[in-house]
Amino acid sequence: MKPPDIEAVGITKTFGALKAVDNVSLHLPPGVFHALLGENGAGKSTLVKCLMGFYPADQGVVKVNGEPLRVGSPKEARRHGIGMVFQHFTLVPSMTVAENLVLARPDLPMVIDWKAERVRLAEFLKQAPFHVDPDSRISTLSAGQKQKVEILKELYLETRFLILDEPTSVLTPQEADEVLGLLRRMVDRGELSVLLITHKFREVFAFCDGVTVLRRGKQAGAGRTADLDSARMAEMMMGEARAERKVGKTRSPGGPVLYLDGIGAVGDSGVEAVKEVRLTVREGEIVGIAGVSGNGQRELLEAIAGQREMTAGAITVDGERHLPTREMLLQHRFFILPEEPLRNASAPRMSVAENIAFRLFDRPPFQKFGFLLDRKAIADFGREMIRKFSVRPPEGELAIGDLSGGNVQRAILARELSSGKVRVLVAANPCFGLDFKAVDFIHDQLLQARNDGAAVLLISEDLDELLELADRIFVMSEGKLVFETTPEAADLALIGRQMAGQRV
Amino acid sequence: MQLPPESLGGWGLVVALCGGAMRGSIPYMFVSLGECLTEKSGKINLGMEGVLLMGAMTAFGVSDLTGSPWLGVLAAAAAGLLLGALHAWMTQQPAVNDVAAGIAMILFGSGLAFFFGKRFVAPMAPQLPLLNLGGWSHTPAVASALRISPLFFVGIALSFLLHWVFTRTRWGLQIRATGDDPQAARALGIDVNRVRFFAITAGGGLAAIGGAHLTLYFPGIWSEGISGGQGLMAVALVIFARWSPRRCLAAALLFGGAQALGPSLQSLGINGYYHLFNASPYLLTLAVMIATCSPNRSLTGMPGALGKK
Repeated sequence: MKPPDIEAVGITKTFGALKAVDNVSLHLPPGVFHALLGENGAGKSTLVKCLMGFYPADQGVVKVNGEPLRVGSPKEARRHGIGMVFQHFTLVPSMTVAENLVLARPDLPMVIDWKAERVRLAEFLKQAPFHVDPDSRISTLSAGQKQKVEILKELYLETRFLILDEPTSVLTPQEADEVLGLLRRMVDRGELSVLLITHKFREVFAFCDGVTVLRRGKQAGAGRTADLDSARMAEMMMGEARAERKVGKTRSPGGPVLYLDGIGAVGDSGVEAVKEVRLTVREGEIVGIAGVSGNGQRELLEAIAGQREMTAGAITVDGERHLPTREMLLQHRFFILPEEPLRNASAPRMSVAENIAFRLFDRPPFQKFGFLLDRKAIADFGREMIRKFSVRPPEGELAIGDLSGGNVQRAILARELSSGKVRVLVAANPCFGLDFKAVDFIHDQLLQARNDGAAVLLISEDLDELLELADRIFVMSEGKLVFETTPEAADLALIGRQMAGQRV
Repeated sequence: MQLPPESLGGWGLVVALCGGAMRGSIPYMFVSLGECLTEKSGKINLGMEGVLLMGAMTAFGVSDLTGSPWLGVLAAAAAGLLLGALHAWMTQQPAVNDVAAGIAMILFGSGLAFFFGKRFVAPMAPQLPLLNLGGWSHTPAVASALRISPLFFVGIALSFLLHWVFTRTRWGLQIRATGDDPQAARALGIDVNRVRFFAITAGGGLAAIGGAHLTLYFPGIWSEGISGGQGLMAVALVIFARWSPRRCLAAALLFGGAQALGPSLQSLGINGYYHLFNASPYLLTLAVMIATCSPNRSLTGMPGALGKK
């Protein structure tokens, strides 16, 4: 089966007062690798859902091989070979790869003949672009492997037009290149068309033939990647040229501040997830911890933050023993920005202002007579922080769960950085899933904290981020720190091998 | 459950315990399999105690009125299906909590059973025929222990059937997907609400058959205290069994055996601490809960979406 020819003409889609997509046209002949570029909320997902026939466009028409696409049935899209890999995984964690692939089959018989299914699967996997063990349980796979299984699932369903929503945000750079490269080869052979939703310019230039840029629902530009450069694309995306990095490194590190002395912790499944992590972070220094997700980084952060029991080791700040109690966190000026802050560091149904006040609410001026909260002081403080950290929309009363990911990150960062001089800042994947305007903002804040003398521990799965920000980088693999380097001396291939757990 | 005191010594206790386990495990078996099916879909039905009592009363009443114990079993299953469907409908309403709805279902099911069961308190209904597998033995204790209810074998078959369904059928995979990650299930085109409705309803039907055993087996009477919390203990047992139907079977036998400890010792003439030994299933439940719960560890095998909205 050949990839379908997909043409969208003058698509407009309105939700209430919001014009999510405004008169966008797009033509994708069979066998192209096309990028859809835009910031968060630019209308990329809405446009794609119209292409998939998930919901009808208010105006305009989607044609598949010249015929209008019937709307409202995902099966119709599937019939034309259109499939999508979503940003959140749609694999069942407790099932094996084989079970997930078989379950996705639309014509699955009531009683499953596993012998026959296995033969079919083996045949499929033989010619598939990447290999995954069909008997491994999804919950034991790394994020990168899961992403591969998601793509395999689509290919198994004979998808010929594959939509990928920010697929590389969970991959190591090598994995991203591998996955996209293999798909690129399928496109070159004419077996597949790919529509890649992304905000990484590098991927657009390395893999895509053409690009369509959305800004606030409107088509801000389109063209062949060969005719464009990144400055031009950034301008299309934001409506202005990308601002130069405002904050640079203005000082060199001082004396030791944070010392992790052989930290150990046990993971959810009861196995040792963090093994004897020992490192020092100095004043005015960012120390990065790189690694593929699932190698103990989450458990390490939770142990440092007091959300998980430390089974071994101790934390020292300026020579004093640190325990993750409220008192000590304030006393040591110790602040934490965990990954997915909506889940790990906020009360989603409470307001933005209340969430910002969490560190300080039980102290004057937010507390009166020793037990009453001053709601006005909390609201005023919230408003000030929202302005300072440009949280959108600027409404302190809104539930924080209703904000977009980037704005939640800003609000929580406001809380952690607002309570005075920061001595220690521990952050994990602070830019996961954010557009580059938000990323630049967060990076500037981290560098600012460093320049102001904070000891910053940055745990990140994004190696580029660490190479840009960190003064020293450790690689974490299977719960241990296995390698140390500096951004200047970094050998990408070597780091990649260390991340993958290959000792040399 | 008085076995004639025999001079089999230590073996007497073993024989009595095995016999007791095979009898006493039946309600645990059916309720835990029903709960396992329910929880695999990501929902909890704490109301199994009410379902069990409704099943017991219905089975007894229908057996008494029609003279056919097997019709009683079917009627019990039907009553369980209805209660299950009610729970399924309730827990899928927005802002209804599984646990709160389950507690309401305990009260509703038992209240209903007590109300309709008033007129059945005195009589004895026809009992299910027993399979006499101990005919070869000349020892009365062994022969008596091997007079087994057919429901015991139905339960064993069901646990294997359920395992087969979960691993080898489309429905089974869909139920597991729904219970583990409803978001993923939806992306696969599975109607999560429908799957859950069927799983919870069928689970109620299975559990109620366990109730039928309570009233259609020796001594074959209906009383309000007949279930003694077995419905709730069976829910805990599913956790112990790590949501596996075959392990549910083993756990049910263990609990049945624990329940038989008091009567078995009594049959050997050991009467001291009778009530303490009778409490062993409850103590076992408590021990299981303590042993399996840890703040730092999530339970392996637990459906990912269990009890979440």
